[in-house]
Amino acid sequence: MSTEVITLPGTQTTVETSRRPLVDRLHEWVTTVDHKRLGLMYIVYALMFLLIGGVEATIMRIQLSAPHKDFVSPQVFNRMFTMHGTTMIFFVAMPLVFGLANYLVPLMIGARDMAFPRLNAFSFWLSAFGGILLYFSLIGANGLYGAGNAPDVGWFAYAPLTSHSFSVGHSTDFWILSLLVSGFGSIGTAINIIVTILCLRCPGMKLGKMPLFVWLNLVMAGLVILAVSPLSAAQIMLSIDRYLGGHFFDTQAGGSAVIWMHFFWVFGHPEVYVLVIPAFAVASEIIPVFSRKAIFGYPVMVAATVCIGFIGMSVWAHHMFTVGMSSNANTFFVLSTMAVAVPTGIKIFNWLATMWGGKIDFKTPMLFCAGFLFQFLAAGLTGIMLSAAPFDWQLGNSYFVVAHFHYVIVGGILFCLFAAFYYWYPKMSGRMYNETLGKLHFWLFLIGFHLTFDFMHIPGLLGMPRRIYTYEPGRGWDTWNLIVTIGVVFQAAGILVFAANLIWSYFRGRIAGNDPWDAWTLEWTTSSPPPEYNFAAIPSVKSRRPLWDLKHPEDPDWKYE
Amino acid sequence: MQSTRNNSAKLPLLKAPAVLFFPASACLAQSPTFSSPTNIFAPASTPAKSIFGLSLFVLVITGIVFVVVGSLLAYAVVKFRKRKDDDSREPAQVYGSNQVEIAWTVIPVIIVVVLFMATARVIANVQKAAPDNAVHVTVTGHQFWWEYRYPDLKVVTANELHVPVGVPTEIRLLSADTDHSFWVPRLAGKTDLIPNHPNVMWIDPQEPGLYLGQCAQYCGTQHAKMLLRVYVESRTEFDHWIQQQSRPAQSSDAAPEGQRIFEATACINCHAVAGTPAQGRFGPDLTHLMGRDTIAAGIAGNNHENLRLWIQDPGRLKPGSLMPAMGLNEHDLNAVTAYLETLR
Amino acid sequence: MSAATVTIREPELGWGPSARGRLGMYCLIAAEAAIFTIFVVAYLFYLGKSLSGPTPRQVLHVPVFFTICLLSSSITIHLAVRCLRRAKTRAFARWWFLTLFLGATFLGGTAVEWRHLIDDEGLTIQTNLFGTTYYSLVGLHAFHVLMGLLALCTVWLFAMFGKVKSDHAERVDTLALYWHFVDTVWVVVFLVVYVIGR
Repeated sequence: MSTEVITLPGTQTTVETSRRPLVDRLHEWVTTVDHKRLGLMYIVYALMFLLIGGVEATIMRIQLSAPHKDFVSPQVFNRMFTMHGTTMIFFVAMPLVFGLANYLVPLMIGARDMAFPRLNAFSFWLSAFGGILLYFSLIGANGLYGAGNAPDVGWFAYAPLTSHSFSVGHSTDFWILSLLVSGFGSIGTAINIIVTILCLRCPGMKLGKMPLFVWLNLVMAGLVILAVSPLSAAQIMLSIDRYLGGHFFDTQAGGSAVIWMHFFWVFGHPEVYVLVIPAFAVASEIIPVFSRKAIFGYPVMVAATVCIGFIGMSVWAHHMFTVGMSSNANTFFVLSTMAVAVPTGIKIFNWLATMWGGKIDFKTPMLFCAGFLFQFLAAGLTGIMLSAAPFDWQLGNSYFVVAHFHYVIVGGILFCLFAAFYYWYPKMSGRMYNETLGKLHFWLFLIGFHLTFDFMHIPGLLGMPRRIYTYEPGRGWDTWNLIVTIGVVFQAAGILVFAANLIWSYFRGRIAGNDPWDAWTLEWTTSSPPPEYNFAAIPSVKSRRPLWDLKHPEDPDWKYE
Repeated sequence: MQSTRNNSAKLPLLKAPAVLFFPASACLAQSPTFSSPTNIFAPASTPAKSIFGLSLFVLVITGIVFVVVGSLLAYAVVKFRKRKDDDSREPAQVYGSNQVEIAWTVIPVIIVVVLFMATARVIANVQKAAPDNAVHVTVTGHQFWWEYRYPDLKVVTANELHVPVGVPTEIRLLSADTDHSFWVPRLAGKTDLIPNHPNVMWIDPQEPGLYLGQCAQYCGTQHAKMLLRVYVESRTEFDHWIQQQSRPAQSSDAAPEGQRIFEATACINCHAVAGTPAQGRFGPDLTHLMGRDTIAAGIAGNNHENLRLWIQDPGRLKPGSLMPAMGLNEHDLNAVTAYLETLR
Repeated sequence: MSAATVTIREPELGWGPSARGRLGMYCLIAAEAAIFTIFVVAYLFYLGKSLSGPTPRQVLHVPVFFTICLLSSSITIHLAVRCLRRAKTRAFARWWFLTLFLGATFLGGTAVEWRHLIDDEGLTIQTNLFGTTYYSLVGLHAFHVLMGLLALCTVWLFAMFGKVKSDHAERVDTLALYWHFVDTVWVVVFLVVYVIGR
């Protein structure tokens, strides 16, 4: 692709000396405040938990592959779905998103590091500790007298199931504490991202000149601050109930189970935007580069994302349509939920328009983005179905919902994150990944994803509720569940290929150079991997695509923006 | 450089089946492949039918959007892919277009408005109060069984609900412990049972028969085995059933020893048998146990073996159920089973 | 390997690097405000819903004096920072100490009120919904006051050793921003608990 390597004066390629003792090198990593290293640690941490969460999912799918199976007991199954959900959201998706933001935002805005490097490290270690604390429940939740129990209250931990009467022992407390701790870590990272973006941009990079990746992470960080805090508050209240005899969610004392749901979903819905907006950010960087065109409608993309952020804070009770709210309340949330589809759809159209008239090169990152576009479209439309409250009275809490949100999170977000991996792997490691293995990963995972999550909609339509460890034969759910389970095999194969590719390419991949993709944002001006100080001289920019201007001096972007 | 022609050509082909998915799903609802007693697309009661109507409308609209946008995406990935013989010139850079942005903002807004209005109408229709001639039932959710009371008809039973056909039944939903959800897909959408938060729903089944469902809100270990069975009967049959259920336990001398053991052991702490000292409310009312087809909230047939096994060790049928194994010896177990089998 | 180190003073874009601390504090305040909002919502929602036990009207006395203390501490901290900007370090230390003192008095007042409620009125966090929401909300605020006092105390100790100079004014002002936030939260809590709630 790139025949010209553009280097700014003063950049260097870091040479890792493998002769320093291991202890020293580990110590460097543990005490680092460098945003790139912290970003990598977030990502590696997330990948480890991805494997664990995948095992939990596999256990569930084996159990559900046929009715009345005895693969695991109901107690174990209930812990599996609780841990799978909690792990995937808080210890896979969030760290991946924060890891990418950490690594890339300072590079893209021409800064040397985040605004608060030590807070950055502190936030990472808090989040990491949270994950370890959650899994410690497997050993520790029953104290000294028995093997531990993971929490089994569902990742949303509805009251009053979480009260001391119904959840004895400490497993629920591990859920509460681990999320409280990692929640504070998330807020710390979000503060860092916002301040970095607003204060540390290089000269010439006004807000309207930032890459979309940076803009969207800014919106994401704002959402984290407003959304994670309510969860922390609710968890403090739950702890007060469980340990100080409080009655926040104690229905026997006149308390309300529904208010927990409100507090949780005020967090829970913006949380999914926290996860998906960075996925949009990745797509907004990759699709233009591989289509060889500037993003279509940059200002509209920014405005649409900000709209999604705002409207997304007003839709939470669409998770509660079956709870028995008044018809006025239900109607309001139908309206707000349908409304949020408009800016979301606009973004899909803008990506489409970006590809339109381009010269699309289907390298692995672009393959994953293409998959994302189709799948996110479908996921959004099943979301519209769920937003029609009466339809949700049938579909809610069924496998249709499970299929929908996995379509968004796996088919949308994870596909974009895979794309991000392949796109920025050369920058982070200095080596190109193996393209054949990358494509193999894509096709295996695509087949597995569709086998599992397309067909998962059907049992939902046929009346299968979620969070059940087994089901009756004769309901017409058997075959579909079996097909869903088979898809897991392909997805697992894809992930193995992915892991093998990451590792193999690190040692044997072609040297990538600064700019293997012929891309246009500032991170591609540094060496691969970038030196610790990022830029010897802080760059100064004039347009949204500084490298396009350098490569096309006869037709620079700033003439048209 | 690898050829990308083959890879990208496969993409739209793979997407083609998905295009048909949405509208096909509703249409295929009646085919044998999708036959199911809990199919949401086979409504048999007005709320379920209203929802079905709305769902078809939503499916058609979303289906059209999917086909249109999906086709454009498919077209784009095929038509605009880089060809082998391409020169390395960059394509024309288009930064945006206000008209296009307005167009694809206005059209979705219109679609949203239309969908919203259709939805709002159905919400109002379904969430309105049941008419005065409705039969009233109060359902109380327990871990892990259903308590049914007919307050006007003075009947208490468990796990198997009987309602008359062609007449509305108003169902009041309460909970004794955690959250549950009442979901019989062919009769209505689900409504949750939340402690300290009474809910109301209504059904008016149009065809007699047995309608199945199950609890749809995670309530603990045996959430999966809290099944629903709704028997929709003719008015005569229903009245006859009510009459039977209103009677106290038939005094029978067929199993006096079993009755003695039952009343002397902890059984009566949880269970009630009308007309006897057993007045426990924690577990299901057993007065007319043998009138039910199933036990343990629908998971096992109501026959001698299952009943005996259930009393011996509920954990064998429903591990995590709140009924403890009573630790009866063989003789007592047989006696108590025999007594329960007299409760018609 | 080029080792040229050139300090480039670029014109700051809008909020430049020196505004980091303030902006970070604003973000923290936003997060804390969201947490407090949830506790306030719970308090308001549960007003009048207690099944038994003392009601707000029966047991709450409006803490006018202690509120005045806390709100005045906002004025004193503002004066302290102003002195520091003008390099009047001794005046700064005096105003700063007064802020500490007023804050501590407020906290003491809360302690006295709670002792009265627990011992004399029998209202604990377990008693009823009012007890739970009251102690949680006021307690959360008191906790933030305590954290603030610890930070203020640290600065005061540094000031006593003569380490706080006018260059530090910006950072001290950022801390003052936190203190102003804590006071603002008290205004809201006061209105909700002692005015609306009674």
